[in-house]
Amino acid sequence: MIAVIDYKAGNLTSVVKALRFLGETDILVTQDPEAVLLADKVILPGVGHFRSTQLLHDLQLTEATRHAIARGTPFLGICVGLQWLYQGSTEAETTDGLCHFGSRCEHFPASVEGVPLKSPHVGWNSLERIRPESRLLRGIPDGAFVYYTHAWRAGVSDDTAAVTHYGGPFTAAVERGNVMGVQFHPEKSAAVGLQVLQNFLSL
Amino acid sequence: MLTKRVIACLDVRGGRVVKGVQFVDIVDAGDPAELAQRHAAGGADEIVLLDITATHEGRGTLLETVRRASAKLFVPFTVGGGIRTAEDAAAVFEAGADKVSINSAALARPELIGEIGSSFGAQAVIVAIDARRSRGGADPVGEAEVYVSGGRTPTGRRVLDWAREAEQRGAGELLLTSMDADGTKTGFDCELTSRVSAAVDIPVIASGGAGSSTHFAEVFGRGRADAALAASIFHFGVTDSRALKAELAEAGVAVRLPC
Repeated sequence: MIAVIDYKAGNLTSVVKALRFLGETDILVTQDPEAVLLADKVILPGVGHFRSTQLLHDLQLTEATRHAIARGTPFLGICVGLQWLYQGSTEAETTDGLCHFGSRCEHFPASVEGVPLKSPHVGWNSLERIRPESRLLRGIPDGAFVYYTHAWRAGVSDDTAAVTHYGGPFTAAVERGNVMGVQFHPEKSAAVGLQVLQNFLSL
Repeated sequence: MLTKRVIACLDVRGGRVVKGVQFVDIVDAGDPAELAQRHAAGGADEIVLLDITATHEGRGTLLETVRRASAKLFVPFTVGGGIRTAEDAAAVFEAGADKVSINSAALARPELIGEIGSSFGAQAVIVAIDARRSRGGADPVGEAEVYVSGGRTPTGRRVLDWAREAEQRGAGELLLTSMDADGTKTGFDCELTSRVSAAVDIPVIASGGAGSSTHFAEVFGRGRADAALAASIFHFGVTDSRALKAELAEAGVAVRLPC
Protein backbone atom coordinates (compact mmCIF):
# COMPACT_ATOMS: atom_id res chain seq x y z
CA MET A 1 0.00 0.00 0.00
CA ILE A 2 1.14 3.51 -0.90
CA ALA A 3 0.27 6.03 1.80
CA VAL A 4 -0.26 9.55 0.49
CA ILE A 5 -0.25 11.86 3.50
CA ASP A 6 -3.05 14.42 3.55
CA TYR A 7 -2.19 17.44 5.69
CA LYS A 8 -4.63 19.84 4.04
CA ALA A 9 -1.93 21.56 2.02
CA GLY A 10 -3.43 22.16 -1.38
CA ASN A 11 -4.59 19.51 -3.68
CA LEU A 12 -3.63 15.84 -3.62
CA THR A 13 -5.86 14.85 -6.51
CA SER A 14 -3.25 15.19 -9.21
CA VAL A 15 -0.63 13.11 -7.39
CA VAL A 16 -3.12 10.30 -6.81
CA LYS A 17 -4.28 10.57 -10.42
CA ALA A 18 -0.73 10.18 -11.69
CA LEU A 19 -0.12 7.12 -9.46
CA ARG A 20 -3.33 5.53 -10.76
CA PHE A 21 -2.33 6.32 -14.34
CA LEU A 22 0.90 4.42 -13.69
CA GLY A 23 -1.15 1.37 -12.69
CA GLU A 24 -0.93 1.68 -8.90
CA THR A 25 -4.23 0.56 -7.39
CA ASP A 26 -3.43 0.31 -3.68
CA ILE A 27 -3.33 3.98 -2.67
CA LEU A 28 -4.47 5.31 0.68
CA VAL A 29 -4.88 9.05 1.21
CA THR A 30 -4.50 9.31 4.95
CA GLN A 31 -3.82 11.32 8.11
CA ASP A 32 -3.40 8.19 10.21
CA PRO A 33 0.09 7.55 11.69
CA GLU A 34 -0.69 3.81 11.77
CA ALA A 35 -1.19 3.80 7.99
CA VAL A 36 2.21 5.45 7.54
CA LEU A 37 3.82 2.75 9.69
CA LEU A 38 2.14 -0.03 7.69
CA ALA A 39 2.71 1.44 4.23
CA ASP A 40 5.12 -0.04 1.70
CA LYS A 41 5.89 3.47 0.49
CA VAL A 42 5.00 6.93 1.71
CA ILE A 43 4.44 10.08 -0.35
CA LEU A 44 4.17 13.54 1.17
CA PRO A 45 2.86 15.92 -1.48
CA GLY A 46 2.32 19.56 -0.78
CA VAL A 47 1.98 22.92 -2.33
CA GLY A 48 1.36 26.09 -0.45
CA HIS A 49 2.62 27.38 2.88
CA PHE A 50 5.24 25.66 5.04
CA ARG A 51 3.19 26.34 8.19
CA SER A 52 0.62 23.76 7.05
CA THR A 53 3.23 21.08 7.87
CA GLN A 54 2.61 21.89 11.55
CA LEU A 55 -0.33 19.50 11.25
CA LEU A 56 2.14 16.65 10.67
CA HIS A 57 3.54 17.23 14.17
CA ASP A 58 0.10 17.74 15.69
CA LEU A 59 -1.20 14.44 14.29
CA GLN A 60 1.94 12.44 15.30
CA LEU A 61 2.74 11.90 11.65
CA THR A 62 6.30 13.16 12.19
CA GLU A 63 7.06 10.35 14.62
CA ALA A 64 5.38 7.80 12.37
CA THR A 65 7.47 9.02 9.42
CA ARG A 66 10.70 8.73 11.48
CA HIS A 67 9.85 5.13 12.37
CA ALA A 68 8.87 4.23 8.81
CA ILE A 69 12.08 5.77 7.44
CA ALA A 70 14.23 3.99 10.06
CA ARG A 71 12.66 0.74 8.95
CA GLY A 72 13.62 1.40 5.35
CA THR A 73 10.25 2.41 3.91
CA PRO A 74 10.84 4.50 0.75
CA PHE A 75 9.67 8.06 1.33
CA LEU A 76 9.07 10.77 -1.30
CA GLY A 77 8.41 14.41 -0.45
CA ILE A 78 7.11 16.67 -3.21
CA CYS A 79 7.57 20.47 -3.21
CA VAL A 80 6.76 21.56 0.37
CA GLY A 81 7.08 17.83 1.11
CA LEU A 82 10.77 18.04 0.13
CA GLN A 83 11.24 21.18 2.21
CA TRP A 84 9.77 19.44 5.25
CA LEU A 85 12.61 16.89 5.12
CA TYR A 86 14.98 19.72 6.08
CA GLN A 87 15.29 21.54 9.42
CA GLY A 88 12.59 24.00 8.44
CA SER A 89 11.90 27.00 6.29
CA THR A 90 12.15 30.73 6.76
CA GLU A 91 8.57 30.78 5.47
CA ALA A 92 7.37 29.58 8.90
CA GLU A 93 10.15 30.04 11.46
CA THR A 94 8.32 28.40 14.35
CA THR A 95 7.46 25.19 12.48
CA ASP A 96 10.23 22.60 12.49
CA GLY A 97 10.77 20.20 9.65
CA LEU A 98 11.71 16.53 9.97
CA CYS A 99 15.42 17.50 10.23
CA HIS A 100 16.46 14.49 8.15
CA PHE A 101 18.61 16.76 6.02
CA GLY A 102 20.55 19.73 7.35
CA SER A 103 19.94 23.44 6.75
CA ARG A 104 16.79 25.49 6.37
CA CYS A 105 14.93 26.35 3.20
CA GLU A 106 15.12 29.98 2.17
CA HIS A 107 13.30 32.37 -0.16
CA PHE A 108 14.81 33.16 -3.56
CA PRO A 109 16.82 36.39 -3.44
CA ALA A 110 14.98 39.51 -4.68
CA SER A 111 17.76 40.16 -7.16
CA VAL A 112 20.95 38.60 -8.45
CA GLU A 113 23.86 40.86 -9.34
CA GLY A 114 21.49 43.82 -9.49
CA VAL A 115 19.00 42.09 -11.80
CA PRO A 116 15.55 41.56 -10.21
CA LEU A 117 14.53 37.92 -9.83
CA LYS A 118 10.83 37.13 -10.12
CA SER A 119 9.29 35.03 -7.43
CA PRO A 120 7.61 32.55 -7.30
CA HIS A 121 9.77 30.55 -9.71
CA VAL A 122 7.07 29.26 -12.05
CA GLY A 123 7.53 27.14 -15.12
CA TRP A 124 9.57 24.43 -16.77
CA ASN A 125 13.22 24.41 -15.80
CA SER A 126 15.95 21.85 -16.41
CA LEU A 127 17.51 19.22 -14.14
CA GLU A 128 21.29 19.45 -14.07
CA ARG A 129 24.18 17.54 -12.50
CA ILE A 130 21.98 14.47 -11.94
CA ARG A 131 23.83 12.07 -9.63
CA PRO A 132 24.40 8.91 -11.69
CA GLU A 133 23.59 6.60 -8.78
CA SER A 134 20.24 8.30 -8.02
CA ARG A 135 17.49 5.68 -7.97
CA LEU A 136 14.74 8.28 -8.12
CA LEU A 137 16.12 9.90 -11.27
CA ARG A 138 17.18 6.72 -13.04
CA GLY A 139 16.89 7.11 -16.81
CA ILE A 140 16.31 10.88 -16.64
CA PRO A 141 18.87 12.71 -18.80
CA ASP A 142 20.64 15.89 -17.73
CA GLY A 143 18.74 18.87 -19.11
CA ALA A 144 15.31 17.20 -18.85
CA PHE A 145 12.56 19.71 -18.10
CA VAL A 146 10.28 19.59 -15.07
CA TYR A 147 7.58 21.93 -13.78
CA TYR A 148 8.15 24.18 -10.77
CA THR A 149 6.03 26.58 -8.78
CA HIS A 150 7.58 27.73 -5.49
CA ALA A 151 9.31 30.64 -3.78
CA TRP A 152 11.39 28.80 -1.13
CA ARG A 153 14.06 26.22 -1.87
CA ALA A 154 16.77 24.12 -0.27
CA GLY A 155 20.43 24.89 -0.90
CA VAL A 156 22.80 22.41 -2.50
CA SER A 157 24.42 19.78 -0.23
CA ASP A 158 26.02 16.33 -0.45
CA ASP A 159 22.54 14.78 -0.51
CA THR A 160 21.46 16.78 -3.55
CA ALA A 161 20.63 14.38 -6.39
CA ALA A 162 20.12 17.07 -9.05
CA VAL A 163 20.17 20.85 -9.17
CA THR A 164 18.17 23.44 -11.04
CA HIS A 165 19.36 26.97 -11.67
CA TYR A 166 17.23 29.96 -10.75
CA GLY A 167 19.08 32.82 -9.11
CA GLY A 168 21.87 30.24 -8.59
CA PRO A 169 21.70 26.47 -8.12
CA PHE A 170 19.24 24.90 -5.67
CA THR A 171 18.25 21.35 -4.78
CA ALA A 172 15.87 20.03 -7.44
CA ALA A 173 15.99 16.52 -5.96
CA VAL A 174 17.43 15.17 -2.74
CA GLU A 175 18.14 11.52 -2.02
CA ARG A 176 19.88 9.60 0.76
CA GLY A 177 19.07 5.90 0.98
CA ASN A 178 15.29 5.47 1.12
CA VAL A 179 14.53 9.16 1.76
CA MET A 180 13.89 11.27 -1.32
CA GLY A 181 12.36 14.55 -2.27
CA VAL A 182 11.72 16.64 -5.36
CA GLN A 183 11.15 20.39 -5.41
CA PHE A 184 9.39 20.15 -8.78
CA HIS A 185 5.96 18.64 -9.41
CA PRO A 186 6.42 15.22 -11.05
CA GLU A 187 2.63 14.87 -11.36
CA LYS A 188 2.67 17.99 -13.59
CA SER A 189 5.90 17.35 -15.47
CA ALA A 190 4.55 15.27 -18.35
CA ALA A 191 6.53 12.16 -19.35
CA VAL A 192 9.66 13.08 -17.34
CA GLY A 193 7.61 13.49 -14.16
CA LEU A 194 5.74 10.23 -14.68
CA GLN A 195 9.11 8.48 -15.09
CA VAL A 196 10.26 9.86 -11.72
CA LEU A 197 7.08 8.59 -10.04
CA GLN A 198 7.46 5.24 -11.80
CA ASN A 199 11.03 5.01 -10.50
CA PHE A 200 9.76 5.58 -6.97
CA LEU A 201 6.97 3.02 -7.35
CA SER A 202 9.52 0.49 -8.64
CA LEU A 203 11.78 0.72 -5.55
CA MET B 1 17.39 27.33 -17.51
CA LEU B 2 13.85 28.55 -16.88
CA THR B 3 12.00 28.40 -20.18
CA LYS B 4 9.28 30.59 -21.64
CA ARG B 5 5.92 28.85 -21.47
CA VAL B 6 3.56 28.31 -24.38
CA ILE B 7 0.02 27.94 -23.04
CA ALA B 8 -2.93 26.57 -24.98
CA CYS B 9 -6.26 28.12 -24.04
CA LEU B 10 -9.65 26.48 -24.39
CA ASP B 11 -12.61 28.85 -24.34
CA VAL B 12 -15.55 26.77 -23.23
CA ARG B 13 -19.24 27.54 -23.59
CA GLY B 14 -21.88 25.09 -22.49
CA GLY B 15 -19.31 22.32 -22.28
CA ARG B 16 -17.86 22.82 -25.79
CA VAL B 17 -14.70 24.61 -26.88
CA VAL B 18 -15.56 27.66 -28.99
CA LYS B 19 -13.56 30.33 -30.69
CA GLY B 20 -14.65 33.77 -31.83
CA VAL B 21 -13.00 36.90 -33.07
CA GLN B 22 -13.51 39.68 -30.51
CA PHE B 23 -16.51 37.80 -29.13
CA VAL B 24 -18.39 37.46 -32.43
CA ASP B 25 -18.47 34.74 -35.12
CA ILE B 26 -18.22 32.04 -32.50
CA VAL B 27 -17.61 28.57 -33.94
CA ASP B 28 -17.42 25.13 -32.38
CA ALA B 29 -13.86 23.82 -32.00
CA GLY B 30 -14.47 20.56 -30.17
CA ASP B 31 -14.62 18.64 -26.91
CA PRO B 32 -12.59 20.21 -24.05
CA ALA B 33 -11.22 16.96 -22.62
CA GLU B 34 -10.14 15.73 -26.02
CA LEU B 35 -8.57 19.07 -26.95
CA ALA B 36 -6.74 19.36 -23.61
CA GLN B 37 -5.17 15.95 -24.22
CA ARG B 38 -4.31 16.84 -27.78
CA HIS B 39 -2.65 20.11 -26.76
CA ALA B 40 -0.63 18.42 -24.01
CA ALA B 41 0.47 15.72 -26.44
CA GLY B 42 1.26 18.46 -28.95
CA GLY B 43 3.78 20.00 -26.58
CA ALA B 44 1.82 22.75 -24.79
CA ASP B 45 3.49 23.66 -21.48
CA GLU B 46 0.18 24.36 -19.79
CA ILE B 47 -3.52 24.22 -20.48
CA VAL B 48 -5.98 26.95 -19.54
CA LEU B 49 -9.72 26.39 -19.67
CA LEU B 50 -11.91 29.49 -19.54
CA ASP B 51 -15.64 29.14 -19.12
CA ILE B 52 -16.66 32.18 -21.13
CA THR B 53 -20.34 32.03 -20.30
CA ALA B 54 -19.95 30.99 -16.68
CA THR B 55 -23.63 31.03 -15.91
CA HIS B 56 -24.73 29.75 -12.56
CA GLU B 57 -26.67 26.92 -14.20
CA GLY B 58 -23.53 25.96 -16.07
CA ARG B 59 -21.46 25.20 -12.95
CA GLY B 60 -22.22 21.50 -12.96
CA THR B 61 -21.26 21.27 -16.62
CA LEU B 62 -18.02 23.14 -15.95
CA LEU B 63 -16.99 20.92 -13.05
CA GLU B 64 -17.73 17.81 -15.07
CA THR B 65 -15.72 19.27 -17.95
CA VAL B 66 -12.80 20.01 -15.60
CA ARG B 67 -12.98 16.49 -14.22
CA ARG B 68 -12.89 14.92 -17.66
CA ALA B 69 -10.24 17.26 -19.02
CA SER B 70 -7.89 16.72 -16.07
CA ALA B 71 -8.29 12.95 -15.79
CA LYS B 72 -5.15 12.13 -17.77
CA LEU B 73 -3.56 15.55 -17.99
CA PHE B 74 -0.05 15.67 -16.52
CA VAL B 75 0.81 19.29 -17.23
CA PRO B 76 -0.40 22.30 -15.22
CA PHE B 77 -4.10 23.00 -15.69
CA THR B 78 -5.78 26.34 -14.97
CA VAL B 79 -9.52 26.94 -14.87
CA GLY B 80 -11.27 30.31 -14.94
CA GLY B 81 -14.68 31.81 -15.45
CA GLY B 82 -17.37 32.53 -12.90
CA ILE B 83 -15.25 31.83 -9.82
CA ARG B 84 -16.65 34.26 -7.26
CA THR B 85 -15.87 32.74 -3.88
CA ALA B 86 -13.23 30.60 -2.19
CA GLU B 87 -15.85 27.80 -2.23
CA ASP B 88 -16.21 28.07 -6.02
CA ALA B 89 -12.42 27.82 -6.26
CA ALA B 90 -12.31 24.82 -3.92
CA ALA B 91 -14.84 22.98 -6.12
CA VAL B 92 -12.73 23.63 -9.21
CA PHE B 93 -9.53 22.42 -7.46
CA GLU B 94 -11.42 19.38 -6.24
CA ALA B 95 -12.44 18.64 -9.84
CA GLY B 96 -8.77 18.61 -10.86
CA ALA B 97 -7.54 22.15 -11.56
CA ASP B 98 -4.07 23.18 -10.37
CA LYS B 99 -4.73 26.92 -10.56
CA VAL B 100 -7.74 29.14 -10.85
CA SER B 101 -7.99 32.32 -12.83
CA ILE B 102 -10.13 35.05 -11.32
CA ASN B 103 -11.11 38.33 -12.95
CA SER B 104 -14.34 40.26 -12.29
CA ALA B 105 -14.79 38.77 -8.83
CA ALA B 106 -11.28 39.87 -7.77
CA LEU B 107 -12.00 43.44 -8.82
CA ALA B 108 -15.34 43.40 -7.05
CA ARG B 109 -13.79 42.01 -3.88
CA PRO B 110 -9.96 41.96 -3.92
CA GLU B 111 -9.82 40.01 -0.63
CA LEU B 112 -10.80 36.96 -2.68
CA ILE B 113 -7.20 36.70 -3.96
CA GLY B 114 -5.84 36.18 -0.45
CA GLU B 115 -8.71 33.93 0.59
CA ILE B 116 -8.03 31.42 -2.18
CA GLY B 117 -4.29 31.75 -1.65
CA SER B 118 -4.51 31.01 2.06
CA SER B 119 -6.08 27.60 1.38
CA PHE B 120 -4.40 26.60 -1.85
CA GLY B 121 -1.24 28.72 -1.97
CA ALA B 122 -0.43 31.88 -3.91
CA GLN B 123 0.88 29.78 -6.81
CA ALA B 124 -2.68 28.54 -7.38
CA VAL B 125 -4.16 32.01 -7.94
CA ILE B 126 -3.93 33.72 -11.31
CA VAL B 127 -5.45 37.16 -11.57
CA ALA B 128 -6.68 37.76 -15.11
CA ILE B 129 -6.71 41.35 -16.33
CA ASP B 130 -8.59 42.39 -19.46
CA ALA B 131 -6.92 45.58 -20.61
CA ARG B 132 -7.71 48.21 -23.19
CA ARG B 133 -5.37 51.05 -24.10
CA SER B 134 -6.63 54.52 -23.34
CA ARG B 135 -8.06 56.27 -26.37
CA GLY B 136 -6.29 59.56 -25.80
CA GLY B 137 -3.78 61.17 -23.49
CA ALA B 138 -0.02 61.28 -23.50
CA ASP B 139 0.49 57.67 -22.38
CA PRO B 140 -2.22 55.31 -23.76
CA VAL B 141 -0.32 52.27 -22.43
CA GLY B 142 0.34 53.63 -18.94
CA GLU B 143 -3.28 54.79 -18.80
CA ALA B 144 -4.65 51.46 -20.10
CA GLU B 145 -7.87 50.55 -18.32
CA VAL B 146 -9.16 47.34 -16.75
CA TYR B 147 -12.42 45.89 -18.10
CA VAL B 148 -14.63 43.23 -16.54
CA SER B 149 -17.57 41.01 -17.46
CA GLY B 150 -15.92 39.54 -20.51
CA GLY B 151 -14.65 42.92 -21.68
CA ARG B 152 -18.04 44.61 -21.58
CA THR B 153 -17.63 46.91 -18.58
CA PRO B 154 -14.89 49.48 -17.95
CA THR B 155 -13.83 49.77 -14.31
CA GLY B 156 -12.03 53.09 -14.32
CA ARG B 157 -8.96 51.37 -12.86
CA ARG B 158 -5.52 51.62 -14.40
CA VAL B 159 -4.02 48.31 -15.44
CA LEU B 160 -0.65 49.06 -13.84
CA ASP B 161 -2.24 49.94 -10.49
CA TRP B 162 -4.45 46.88 -10.43
CA ALA B 163 -1.53 44.62 -11.42
CA ARG B 164 0.48 45.91 -8.44
CA GLU B 165 -2.44 45.55 -6.07
CA ALA B 166 -3.17 42.00 -7.25
CA GLU B 167 0.46 41.11 -6.58
CA GLN B 168 0.38 42.67 -3.10
CA ARG B 169 -2.77 40.76 -2.31
CA GLY B 170 -1.04 37.51 -3.11
CA ALA B 171 -1.62 36.66 -6.77
CA GLY B 172 0.88 34.06 -7.99
CA GLU B 173 0.72 35.09 -11.65
CA LEU B 174 -1.04 37.61 -13.86
CA LEU B 175 -2.83 36.74 -17.08
CA LEU B 176 -2.86 39.93 -19.13
CA THR B 177 -5.22 40.02 -22.11
CA SER B 178 -5.03 42.89 -24.53
CA MET B 179 -8.56 43.52 -25.72
CA ASP B 180 -7.16 45.66 -28.53
CA ALA B 181 -5.13 42.75 -29.88
CA ASP B 182 -7.44 39.87 -28.99
CA GLY B 183 -8.53 37.81 -31.97
CA THR B 184 -6.67 39.95 -34.48
CA LYS B 185 -3.71 37.58 -35.03
CA THR B 186 -1.54 40.67 -35.55
CA GLY B 187 0.66 40.14 -32.50
CA PHE B 188 0.58 40.61 -28.73
CA ASP B 189 0.56 44.08 -27.20
CA CYS B 190 4.27 43.98 -26.33
CA GLU B 191 4.40 47.50 -24.99
CA LEU B 192 1.59 46.93 -22.51
CA THR B 193 2.93 43.50 -21.50
CA SER B 194 6.40 44.87 -20.87
CA ARG B 195 5.08 47.74 -18.74
CA VAL B 196 3.07 45.33 -16.57
CA SER B 197 5.93 42.84 -16.36
CA ALA B 198 8.28 45.57 -15.16
CA ALA B 199 5.74 46.78 -12.58
CA VAL B 200 5.48 43.45 -10.73
CA ASP B 201 7.79 40.69 -9.49
CA ILE B 202 5.45 37.80 -10.34
CA PRO B 203 5.21 36.04 -13.71
CA VAL B 204 3.10 37.64 -16.42
CA ILE B 205 1.26 35.59 -19.04
CA ALA B 206 0.57 37.54 -22.23
CA SER B 207 -2.65 36.91 -24.09
CA GLY B 208 -4.43 38.28 -27.14
CA GLY B 209 -3.22 38.64 -30.70
CA ALA B 210 -1.11 35.52 -31.31
CA GLY B 211 -0.89 34.73 -35.00
CA SER B 212 2.63 33.48 -35.64
CA SER B 213 5.81 32.29 -33.93
CA THR B 214 7.31 35.73 -34.53
CA HIS B 215 4.61 37.21 -32.29
CA PHE B 216 5.59 34.82 -29.50
CA ALA B 217 9.28 35.63 -29.93
CA GLU B 218 8.46 39.35 -29.71
CA VAL B 219 6.38 39.11 -26.56
CA PHE B 220 9.02 36.92 -24.86
CA GLY B 221 11.67 39.43 -25.93
CA ARG B 222 10.68 43.06 -25.83
CA GLY B 223 7.32 42.19 -24.24
CA ARG B 224 9.17 40.66 -21.24
CA ALA B 225 6.42 38.04 -20.86
CA ASP B 226 7.16 34.89 -18.86
CA ALA B 227 4.51 32.91 -20.72
CA ALA B 228 2.19 33.46 -23.64
CA LEU B 229 -1.22 32.07 -24.33
CA ALA B 230 -3.06 31.37 -27.53
CA ALA B 231 -6.16 29.54 -28.66
CA SER B 232 -7.21 29.60 -32.28
CA ILE B 233 -3.79 29.14 -33.87
CA PHE B 234 -3.68 25.73 -32.18
CA HIS B 235 -7.32 24.68 -32.56
CA PHE B 236 -7.56 24.82 -36.27
CA GLY B 237 -4.29 23.11 -36.90
CA VAL B 238 -2.44 26.26 -38.01
CA THR B 239 0.40 24.98 -35.86
CA ASP B 240 0.96 22.95 -32.70
CA SER B 241 3.03 23.90 -29.69
CA ARG B 242 5.90 21.63 -30.67
CA ALA B 243 6.27 23.21 -34.11
CA LEU B 244 5.87 26.66 -32.58
CA LYS B 245 8.53 25.95 -29.96
CA ALA B 246 10.93 24.57 -32.56
CA GLU B 247 10.64 27.90 -34.38
CA LEU B 248 11.12 29.80 -31.11
CA ALA B 249 14.23 27.75 -30.26
CA GLU B 250 15.50 28.59 -33.72
CA ALA B 251 14.95 32.28 -32.89
CA GLY B 252 16.98 31.90 -29.67
CA VAL B 253 14.10 31.69 -27.17
CA ALA B 254 14.58 29.17 -24.32
CA VAL B 255 11.69 26.71 -24.54
CA ARG B 256 10.95 23.21 -23.28
CA LEU B 257 12.19 20.95 -26.05
CA PRO B 258 11.94 18.03 -26.59
CA CYS B 259 8.42 18.02 -25.22
